Amino acid sequence: MIQINELHKSYKMGSSSLHVLKGINLSVEDGELVAIMGSSGSGKSTLLNIIGMLDILDTGTYELDKVLIEDLDETKAAKYRNKFLGFIFQSFNLINYKTALENVSLPLYYQGVNRKERQEKALKYLASVGLADWATHLPSELSGGQKQRVAIARALASEPKLLLADEPTGALDTQTSCEVMDIIQKINQEGKTILVVTHEEDIAQMCKRIVRLKDGVIIEDVKVNQVLAAQYV
Amino acid sequence: MFSQDRWQEIFETIRKNKLRTFLSGFTVALGILIFIILFGFGNGLKNTFKEFFLDDATNTLYLFAGRTSKPYKGFKANRRIEFKNDDLKDIKENFPFFLEYITPRISRRASVRYKNEFDNYNTRGIAPDHQYAEKTIMMSGRYINELDIKNKSKHAVIGRLVARDLFKQEDPIGKFIDVGNSVFKVVGVFQDDGGDNEERYIYIPYTTRQSLEKGNDKLDQIIVAFRPELGHKGAVAFERQLRAFLKEKKSIDPTDPSGIFIRNVADQLKQNQQFANVLQLIVTFVGLGTLIAGIIGISNIMVFVVKERTKELGIRKALGATPKSVIQMILQESIFITTISGYVGMGVGILILNNIGESLEDYFIKNPYIDIETALFSTLILVIFGGIAGYIPAKRAASIKPIVALRDE
Repeated sequence: MIQINELHKSYKMGSSSLHVLKGINLSVEDGELVAIMGSSGSGKSTLLNIIGMLDILDTGTYELDKVLIEDLDETKAAKYRNKFLGFIFQSFNLINYKTALENVSLPLYYQGVNRKERQEKALKYLASVGLADWATHLPSELSGGQKQRVAIARALASEPKLLLADEPTGALDTQTSCEVMDIIQKINQEGKTILVVTHEEDIAQMCKRIVRLKDGVIIEDVKVNQVLAAQYV
Repeated sequence: MFSQDRWQEIFETIRKNKLRTFLSGFTVALGILIFIILFGFGNGLKNTFKEFFLDDATNTLYLFAGRTSKPYKGFKANRRIEFKNDDLKDIKENFPFFLEYITPRISRRASVRYKNEFDNYNTRGIAPDHQYAEKTIMMSGRYINELDIKNKSKHAVIGRLVARDLFKQEDPIGKFIDVGNSVFKVVGVFQDDGGDNEERYIYIPYTTRQSLEKGNDKLDQIIVAFRPELGHKGAVAFERQLRAFLKEKKSIDPTDPSGIFIRNVADQLKQNQQFANVLQLIVTFVGLGTLIAGIIGISNIMVFVVKERTKELGIRKALGATPKSVIQMILQESIFITTISGYVGMGVGILILNNIGESLEDYFIKNPYIDIETALFSTLILVIFGGIAGYIPAKRAASIKPIVALRDE
């Protein structure tokens, strides 16, 4: 699914430049659930942003689903994002004046799906995260966990090949975190490839593989025995 | 541009962001409203100005006689020059090419009485063509005619206000009035756009006036109208030749600045028109100023709106919105709002102008108006610039990387 070779990325900070990623080699197969771990400043978010085409790499190659991602302008990136990727953010990033249903159907709008089909699909995915009854509610009327579930439904709505979650439980308490991870695990069991950026060890243990970053290089890449979140719910 | 889906998305955004929509709409509406009203007031000022200064015929020369200041051909200086009836005839015969019409004017103040009502009025002994020089409009009856001149008949044409003051509700036509102790029959009532004073005159045949004054043939003043097609240059040439001719006839030194005075309305008109042009310039300037202020207002609102939506736009982009679709969405929304509210503001402005009408006449604003082309055009300009003002921040927002926009809390 993902093939990354010798990836470098640095940011210009005034006159000096900050070398964030120093030669990352990473390969992720279909159906994997990978946790990317590291302390802040380790480059894990930058890596996720590059995989998510929210940011551009300096050198190296990045292949997503056997498509070489290169010469990325904004329009091309937008199309790839819409076609390949679903995002889950720490701060949910729902549009606050749109209802849960409208938020979920937004990626479908950008796929050019017609209105009726959009709403049917959105409702289906909202039901899959157990929020069908909350379809007409605004984000401000939902709890943190509910918001993140709406965001997950939105990420799934475009039927992406790869799901990227940036600290999906960072703003949630332990109980809700487990609920969200339970949903993520279930989606993974259905065959979806998922990358989770986190700094919480117990969240990482709920994935199938842990990639540890430190100072811009991968220091550890191990398969783990998945802890099922369902037992805590 | 016309996809139904996109419109639905926009209407949804508008409906759910009422305050923002109202604010930007209000700015636009207010801008165009102020523009319409100021521009209308400017036009009202121009109307007043026109009425004050541009009422009389503009192709006329007013001839006055005075005292000479230089001795000439055996005559001493300080000799009094007077116009006579034969001057009329001579001008007619010598300047047929230039002349449109000619009329004398003998002004006398007289006490005028009808039954128990009386007052002092200015009377003017005139010829029929005087009607064109003053642009006198007949309300009823007729003006002085050639027969009156020939018969020296005691017929009078009175102004609207004279009729109102002396006759009250009565119809003055055919009634007799005392003008300085001689009885005149009223044959007509006139009105004049030149203001109240112009409607307090009494016109009588100049020959009648002369016969009342011991049958002399003296004239106060001669009004000469030249053919309008001569233009300003022709009028100046005519004036020069006429002056030379009259000086020759009256034996006045050609270099004498006094003796004969000619007031050329065309000259005055030119000055007045220059003034009117300055007025127009001020009106245009004020209009342009308000329009620019409006555009700046819209730009501010647009910058604010886009800033407020930065995060939303970042989310949209992360979900697959292309920069083009982001710009299109913002532009379409802003143009939609500016168009609707712009035309609402325009409509309200025009409505206010129409209702003001004459009520501000005391402030020299008469019938303020704005022609529909200017109104539509300026609204369109505002909409276009509103679009441009929205385009720049929209383009910038669209080119911000989604991560930057999403980080912006």
